[in-house]
Amino acid sequence: MGAGDCVCIIGTNTTACHPVIGLGMMQAKRNGAQLIVIDPREIDLAREADVWLRLRPGTDTPLLSAIAGEIYNAGMVDVESVAASTEGFKEFCEGLAKFDAESVAALSEVAADDIRRAARCIGRARNTAFYYTMGVTQHTTGTNNVLAVSNLALLTGNIGRPKTGVNPLRGQNNVQGSCDMGALPNVLTGYRSVTNDDVRGSFEEAWNVTIPAEKGRTIPEMLNAIEEDKMKGLFVFGENPMRSDPDINHVEHCLHHVEFLVVQDLFLTETAELADVVLPGASFAEKDGTFTSTERRVQRIRAAVSPVGDSKPDWKILAELLERLGRPERYADVKDVFDEMRMLTPTHTGITYERLEAGGIQWPCPDESHAGTPILHVGNCMRGAGKFVPLEHREPAELPDAEYPLTLTTGRVVAHYHTATMTRRCFGLAGTWPEELVEVHPADAAEYGIADGDLIELRSRRGVATGRAWVTRRVPRGLVFMTFHFSESPANILTTSAADPVTGTPQLKVCAVAIRKLTEESTSVESLSIEEHASCHIA
Amino acid sequence: MQHTTTTCPYCGVGCSLSLAVDNDRIVSVSPGPEPSVNKGALCSKGRFGFDFVHHKDRLTTPLIRKDGVLVPASWDEALGLIASKFSEIASLYGADALGGFSSARCSNEENYLFQKLFRAGIGTNNVDHCARL
Ligand code: SF4
Repeated sequence: MGAGDCVCIIGTNTTACHPVIGLGMMQAKRNGAQLIVIDPREIDLAREADVWLRLRPGTDTPLLSAIAGEIYNAGMVDVESVAASTEGFKEFCEGLAKFDAESVAALSEVAADDIRRAARCIGRARNTAFYYTMGVTQHTTGTNNVLAVSNLALLTGNIGRPKTGVNPLRGQNNVQGSCDMGALPNVLTGYRSVTNDDVRGSFEEAWNVTIPAEKGRTIPEMLNAIEEDKMKGLFVFGENPMRSDPDINHVEHCLHHVEFLVVQDLFLTETAELADVVLPGASFAEKDGTFTSTERRVQRIRAAVSPVGDSKPDWKILAELLERLGRPERYADVKDVFDEMRMLTPTHTGITYERLEAGGIQWPCPDESHAGTPILHVGNCMRGAGKFVPLEHREPAELPDAEYPLTLTTGRVVAHYHTATMTRRCFGLAGTWPEELVEVHPADAAEYGIADGDLIELRSRRGVATGRAWVTRRVPRGLVFMTFHFSESPANILTTSAADPVTGTPQLKVCAVAIRKLTEESTSVESLSIEEHASCHIA
Repeated sequence: MQHTTTTCPYCGVGCSLSLAVDNDRIVSVSPGPEPSVNKGALCSKGRFGFDFVHHKDRLTTPLIRKDGVLVPASWDEALGLIASKFSEIASLYGADALGGFSSARCSNEENYLFQKLFRAGIGTNNVDHCARL
């Protein structure tokens, strides 16, 4: 991307969470593209932005709608072509009236002029690419927020061409693949519904079983079912819900309560410590297989070293369990598993291990002569005409009040990954960011008598956590920020499991907390003051 | 020194890595060969995030809880126990009394087998993963 193009990032700290894509954004900016950052925190990219909208957490939908309204009112929309290629255009435009820049400015704490500047940037750009991650989805209004991004992209014709589109960046390395492979309660591989008789029929025939016709339980539903004694056995594979999931006290209660808990992991995580049986899996470097990137690109992983001790590649463990449960299939190697999957999954049928030797392939790839699909919604949207969805604003499920006067939002830092079971065991990473640093605005710090480096306690309606304060203007007044990387400072003790009604995604980006200084001890945190001023340019 | 081309285990960008291996240990990581999404770049996690593979805390054998503590066990014992407990729970309370959280950091093949384990091996759709976190 370059001059005349625009990159608009919403709720993604890209240089920390998807650093190599973040580098691409910096490159685009250096080549003359405009950069719009929508984020309550002064993340690295905010310092490079042409327009930075520092919104109050939870006001994404009205803010994006106000930008859309300004673009429409300024006559920067190609009304004829948008009306012809979309559904619901007229109703959508009428609905924009209630999101005028002035009232949204009051709601979102973003100046009306800045809303207009962002609107001008997007309205005038030849191409705008929108990127978002959990800053948009981890709200009780997550679905609406995503629809607000998609409305804005449709309105400005930024769909289905290179350098445009609504691009979600996936958090973990193979979230995309887990979803594609049907590790979800409502769909089989390739997002095909378990409630559809034909879909189920093809798997039932291949596997020679009957699959229940009703969808299964989501993670929060499984935890509740355990609490209600409806579920007795749980298998947690390669995840650490005791640190990654909201409201840890509730999670812990459920994992204690379940009759039989199996955990398969690389380390004895907080979750594995509660298990009845722990199975030692293998790391990415000790096994063959494939991961699928956020751009739907299926790529090989290859065994480089032998598994430690008696541990085994995870696919072998799962294949042996299938055998012990009386299943007839025997997989000689992991390629057999892939081949079985691709023959049952039309979007993946054309991808073979042989073809992957030459590099990754992006699904859909229906047959072996197909090159793969770099842009999913070419020309038009996959569902036919793009559909506008009129939206309303809803406040987050928990707002600050007299007892819990501050808002906590959570996220990640560049050195660590998820609950840091891997990255804290890497010398070169642990040293750069050894402990939690709770971002607190100087004015809030002064109010509570907190100095940079003090140990502080954070309290919410659900629990208490401690961490070291980093007094910084990265957060605005009234907002504190924590990661969920550090086991001894577990942010998810505090977070709420209130979730988006459609996706079940918990509202990890907003909860109400109170803070206080814990001890007199005060240590300065030098490595971090460096990070605050580090620029993300590479030489 | 051997070099193995693989994919970064951290974020969804999917950078290509080249692992330099000496004596069955990873000694360094560099960007994988082109064509790759990262075109020669890597972030700190990709480049320096490999020591965990050889860390002393790695689990090396199955563990089973006996008298309240987790103690080492053989694969045969551990897998046998899981199969018998799962079968017992399914026959007493129905297959929907079992469920699994799959892993967004494990491979496609493993996620495929995990959901198959629940759908075909046990007979429930109670399978989900941490996509939302
Ligand atoms: S090297 Fe960094 S940016 Fe690339 S996949 Fe790994 S974690 Fe993501």
